[in-house]
Amino acid sequence: MIVAVASGKGGTGKTTVATSLVSVLGDRAQILDCDVEEPNCHILLKPTILTTDTVNLPVPSVDLEKCSLCGKCGEVCQFSAIVPIGKTVIAFPELCHGCGACSMLCPEEAIHEVPRNLGVVETGMAGPVEFVQGRIRIGEAMSPPLIRAVKTHIRGDKLAILDAPPGASCPVITTVKGSDFVIMVTEPTPFGLNDLGIAVEAIKGLGIPMGIVINRSDIGDSSVKDFCDNRDLPLLMEIPHHRKIAEGYAQGKPLIESMPEYSDKFRKLIDDVSMIFGKPSKGSSL
Amino acid sequence: MKIAVTSTGKTIESVIDPRFGRAPFIVIVDDDCNLIEAIDNSKNVNAFRGAGIQAAKTIADRKVDLLLTGRCGPNAFTTLQAAGIKVGAEQSGTVREAVERVKRNEVPLADKPNAEAHW
Ligand code: SF4
Ligand code: SF4
Repeated sequence: MIVAVASGKGGTGKTTVATSLVSVLGDRAQILDCDVEEPNCHILLKPTILTTDTVNLPVPSVDLEKCSLCGKCGEVCQFSAIVPIGKTVIAFPELCHGCGACSMLCPEEAIHEVPRNLGVVETGMAGPVEFVQGRIRIGEAMSPPLIRAVKTHIRGDKLAILDAPPGASCPVITTVKGSDFVIMVTEPTPFGLNDLGIAVEAIKGLGIPMGIVINRSDIGDSSVKDFCDNRDLPLLMEIPHHRKIAEGYAQGKPLIESMPEYSDKFRKLIDDVSMIFGKPSKGSSL
Repeated sequence: MKIAVTSTGKTIESVIDPRFGRAPFIVIVDDDCNLIEAIDNSKNVNAFRGAGIQAAKTIADRKVDLLLTGRCGPNAFTTLQAAGIKVGAEQSGTVREAVERVKRNEVPLADKPNAEAHW
């Protein structure tokens, strides 16, 4: 089973939930941090990194000696990443999505592909938990291919927990696509609700079942609960604001370490999710 | 000489839109400010990225010599340079006023982009 943990905005406790889930599951789980702009599961899980792989995107480079200025490459590119203009062809590698169409279509074979570094995928172990994370290269803006590279490490025989980037944009969709369930973490405030609504709409289009976890559930109002009722979204768990949780987080301690009584609650969360998904997970039956 | 001006409307009395890639219209005039064409740029206005590059290509196809606009990002500027189109940036007022400033030699030519990417 693949479970993505997402949130409408940053700082809602998404990583706390994701890391707590894998911590109670131990060797039956793997965590994949897909928040490649700001991966922070490692802060709480403190993994030992064992492998580091560079992820590249093939981008075009034009040999103007061979180019006949036919214009085909510019017509096929949806992203204005290659532009025949005047007596030359300009490539904008940072706009290129690496689809390969231009080099395939060039009648003069004037385009060859060169690698553009997107970042790295690191794998390792955090105690008994298998750990995978992507880290985008500083200055790079295109994360979906890197996220897909992280997701190639999903194993069928474990419960894969994906920590999604915050928000509702392309990288979020890239992460949750193919998941069996999405846990949405939110705060019960008007801002939290607004961003939650946008993210829920975006993910609903993928047809993946969703449930809500409310973090700092005692600080806001009941609007998020009303939202869940109206949308028929299961409210999976409430985590009240607690000084011990905040202090633990500040020290880089996982939630279930600062509040051991939460272990059972997270086990129950996994059981509930498995039940909604329709089959018992490998991680349940504890 | 053909001059392209980014504009909020279709005539030479229209007010300049400072955004190159995302202006609703690009008005093309000759030296004497006679309207040659008003290009509907609305397709570009909604483009996710590369709007400036596409706008540069559009005016290059029309063999424009000079662009008058407000801001021009780095990718658009590179494309304009490759097409040999000169850029007079930081223009405001109406299309006619800007073209008259060119005639009075009051428009300096930009030698570098004056906006961040993604405009
Ligand atoms: S590889 Fe695809 S996205 Fe990149 S320049 Fe070529 S056509 Fe455009
Ligand atoms: S498709 Fe090939 S030959 Fe045609 S303009 Fe592009 S690089 Fe040149």
